[in-house]
Amino acid sequence: MQFMLLFSRQGKLRLQKWYVPLSDKERKKISRDLVQTILARKPKMCSFLEWRDLKIVYKRYASLYFCCAVEDQDNELITLEIIHRYVELLDKYFGSVCELDIIFNFEKAYFILDEFLLGGEAQETSKKNVLKAIEQADLLQECTFPV
Amino acid sequence: MPAVSKGDGMRGLAVFISDIRNCKSKEAEIKRINKELANIRSKFKGDKALDGYSKKKYVCKLLFIFLLGHDIDFGHMEAVNLLSSNKYTEKQIGYLFISVLVNSNSELIRLINNAIKNDLSSRNPTFMCLALHCIANVGSREMAEAFAGEIPRILVAGDTMDSVKQSAALCLLRLYKASPDLVLMGEWTSRVVHLLNDQHMGVVTAAISLITCLSSKNPDEFKTCVSLAVSRLSRIVSSASTDLQDYTYYFVPAPWLSCKLLRLLQCYPPPEDGAVKGRLVECLETILNKAQEPPKSKKVQHSNAKNAILFEAISLIIHYDSEPNLLVRACNQLGQFLQHRETNLRYLALESMCTLASSEFSHEAVKTHIETVINALKTERDVSVRQRAADLLYAMCDRSNAKQIVAEMLSYLETADYSIREEMVLKVAILAEKYAVDYSWYVDTILNLIRIAGDYVSEEVWYRVIQIVINRDDVQGYAAKTVFEALQAPACHENMVKVGGYILGEFGNLIAGDPRSSPLVQFNLLHSKFHLCSVPTRALLLSAYIKFINLFPETKATIQEVLRSDSQIRNSDVELQQRAVEYLKLSSIASTDVLATVLEEMPPFPERESSILAKLKKKKGPGAVSVELEDGKERGELNGGGDRGGDAAIAASNASTPSPSADLLGLRSAAPVSGVAPSAGSLLVDVFSEAGPAASSAGVNDDGFLSSTPPSAASEDPAPPLPESDELLNKFVCKNNGVLFENQLLQIGIKSEYRQNLGRMYLFYGNKTSVQFVSFSTTVSCPGELQSQLNVQTKTVEPLVEGGAQVQQVINIECLTDFIDAPLLNIKFRYGGALQNISLKLPVTINKFFQPTEMAAADFFQRWKQLSQPQQEAQKIFKASHGMDTEVLKAKLLGLGTALLENVDPNPENYVCAGVIQTKAQQVGCLLRLEPNAQAQPGEQMYRLTLRSSKDTVSQRVCDLLAEQF
Repeated sequence: MQFMLLFSRQGKLRLQKWYVPLSDKERKKISRDLVQTILARKPKMCSFLEWRDLKIVYKRYASLYFCCAVEDQDNELITLEIIHRYVELLDKYFGSVCELDIIFNFEKAYFILDEFLLGGEAQETSKKNVLKAIEQADLLQECTFPV
Repeated sequence: MPAVSKGDGMRGLAVFISDIRNCKSKEAEIKRINKELANIRSKFKGDKALDGYSKKKYVCKLLFIFLLGHDIDFGHMEAVNLLSSNKYTEKQIGYLFISVLVNSNSELIRLINNAIKNDLSSRNPTFMCLALHCIANVGSREMAEAFAGEIPRILVAGDTMDSVKQSAALCLLRLYKASPDLVLMGEWTSRVVHLLNDQHMGVVTAAISLITCLSSKNPDEFKTCVSLAVSRLSRIVSSASTDLQDYTYYFVPAPWLSCKLLRLLQCYPPPEDGAVKGRLVECLETILNKAQEPPKSKKVQHSNAKNAILFEAISLIIHYDSEPNLLVRACNQLGQFLQHRETNLRYLALESMCTLASSEFSHEAVKTHIETVINALKTERDVSVRQRAADLLYAMCDRSNAKQIVAEMLSYLETADYSIREEMVLKVAILAEKYAVDYSWYVDTILNLIRIAGDYVSEEVWYRVIQIVINRDDVQGYAAKTVFEALQAPACHENMVKVGGYILGEFGNLIAGDPRSSPLVQFNLLHSKFHLCSVPTRALLLSAYIKFINLFPETKATIQEVLRSDSQIRNSDVELQQRAVEYLKLSSIASTDVLATVLEEMPPFPERESSILAKLKKKKGPGAVSVELEDGKERGELNGGGDRGGDAAIAASNASTPSPSADLLGLRSAAPVSGVAPSAGSLLVDVFSEAGPAASSAGVNDDGFLSSTPPSAASEDPAPPLPESDELLNKFVCKNNGVLFENQLLQIGIKSEYRQNLGRMYLFYGNKTSVQFVSFSTTVSCPGELQSQLNVQTKTVEPLVEGGAQVQQVINIECLTDFIDAPLLNIKFRYGGALQNISLKLPVTINKFFQPTEMAAADFFQRWKQLSQPQQEAQKIFKASHGMDTEVLKAKLLGLGTALLENVDPNPENYVCAGVIQTKAQQVGCLLRLEPNAQAQPGEQMYRLTLRSSKDTVSQRVCDLLAEQF
């Protein structure tokens, strides 16, 4: 996977994760173009599209669009389920997640994503294991360690 | 699970986020942000030391501001400080900031790396994972330098926790992708492969991504993974849906891991071990069988996960391309999906079938779905699905269904989405050309194309129809008639006028017998469009008019009248004015014979890769143009059944071109003699992209296709020439064709031809690997004074060279004056991320410009004596490095380019030759004498080589070059 974007129906980016080195300018341009392209599509349309030399896989959950860019040989359907699993993880962690949770706790959304995907590849697909890791980290929050 | 309040709430942050959300306008938001930035800046700069919590809070606010899309230029130092905090939560925010906002400030990177190093050695798995995540997120070269050695150790150490192993595997993958040269293979590699056997499914899931990437780059080193992957896959596929507990996803056992395993197997050919192969085939059959079973859940996640595995399995089946039974089953399965109610599945089925269409085993099976696919093209509501349908039609097209498919595509074009029209046009044009048995059908199709979608018909397309009409005399009359009829339409596309002008200018005579299309009618028809056209088209029409004067003398007066009119001869456009003036003059002063010679019918075009195929490749990127694979076999017919390949092309153009060789080679001839002839000579060549500088000056095709030295894409300097490049150069002194260079990745072949002081060289770059070369670029340079001695022009090549593919590059060479050094050819490309940088000497040597001169003995000796000044002679005595076979010697001397003169030297053992070296500045006569002492013992055989020429540097250079040949 090359990158993942979360954005609202109004086109506001809520999370962006880049797995390939790109300049800030390029990232902004890509996000702008893609958000525009996807928002212009109608609800019943297919979840995949060709975009530049990448495959875009996206799905809308309530007010949020989840969008992944994968390479030519990557599997679209399994990417779609990567999105779903991430949504499940957020949902389980926040308890019926909504857009506001992600806005106000964006750092958590990033932490959860890092446990699930690393370098653009699935690191741990078990829901239990991912949440266990996050819980452990939460337990450590205020612990002080000897330096 | 309880929400949010976990651990730490950062109230200040929540308030700030609320404030931003309450902003009514963009301006208000910016104002609020600037206020906050000022506040944070003052806190960071303030005298009071901030506690960890505040530092964390402000860093988090900065991060939020950055993610909103604003620039952040401070706070990095504070974030780095957080990394060494003894509070986990502060460390975590510090790492997040660094991951999102890394800055290649080298001072900072050093500090970051230090913090990471500490955490990696902390033996606390949570800290280690944080550090590894940071490396994986940033993935910079500096980090690779610091940690590429350490991470493999962590990955394979026996006491590493599973979660750390998972992070380490993917962290290493990221570093390997970014800097493959820094990740050294070693003892750890074999242990990594065995992670496929790990008990922990999460470890396998993470490790397999790394193994797949490493295998695709070093297949041999990792080939033991094949049998491991097959047995792991087999265990998953045959497991019950609950066996794998939390790795079962909506009743599908380990879908991610299954897909990754199938993907890994695609790095290898089918397993050679019969048992492994049997087991794998069984797995694939089970996966295909499961597709037919009733679903275990109605949830879309269930069917998606199941079908993800199915599609990956089909990819593997297609990759092997050796199991007809599986291929046909795959095709049938996809056929079912073509009519599925899920748009996603229809899309994927169309996409996957495209690759099946190129397999000989399943091509016919794919074709049976033609009606469904045509229907999809007509009725799908989503343009991206229609696009797939169009791709599939293109891929399944062959001789048997070409007419139907082309007709459907043409009718779809009338309503097609703008975004895909141009590509559709190219596809139609290619199919029409490729499967044209009947060329009138081809001409009809292309003219229809122009009529329906004229704006999307790129130059390549109409160039190509002209190339074909010129080369096929059986279609010329039909083309003239059809284009004449098409031009009758009151509004016709400018591209139609271009094609019409060109074809009538060449072949209008073939329909002139019919009074309805008499010469004057034709001319008036063309001229009625003139005023609506752009300058390049007008220029082309003017050329058509002058051709008319030659074809139909009766139109001369009318056309001269037009040329003479103020709107032509005083046209403000300099190109049009020049053409009008020159053509008018040419038509008035030249005799009929001269006119007929200058304006002769175009010779057939040398065969070359279809310009439209190249264009489609450029548009679609590699891999998308699957049909072209068999192109080589079929295209021969199109260009009149000639042989494919450079030799044939050269022969064809040599044989059929009456004009001076300058035109043949498409180079600008020396100085224009009359100011008229060169322009007329390049008259109709100029619409073709290879025509050289004459074309751009003619204005018709001023599209910048040519540039004398393509700008080098990579910033790296060209490598110095290879040590063996002089030797390689010597190999080509007496021959023009052959393999110039070869290593494990690349082969470079050469074909070249020379005429007078001009040369054309075809370089063929062959990718010997199965991986594409990217950023492929070549540069030809003339170092030092060579710059003023040779004029070298290259066409740029495509930046992508597919695995196993060959690309061609044409180089035009003009010799201005005699020279010694050879031009340098630099080739750069990336193979698997690593830059390859090769420099060679291009085998252009002074003797290539020899014209052989026959002369009798008396003449020879007379000239020999005339060239008797010491500096005019160069002589070498050297040992024979090969035998003294007479035929070989003769072949080499002929290969040098001189005439071998018989019965001149009184000693029949000796060889004498004569030739004239043609340069733009002067001609240099050159005489040669080679005296072998053939009677000597082998090992003591010697030659004496003497060169005499009117120029000392030439004598010396030719002597040096030739001395290396015997």
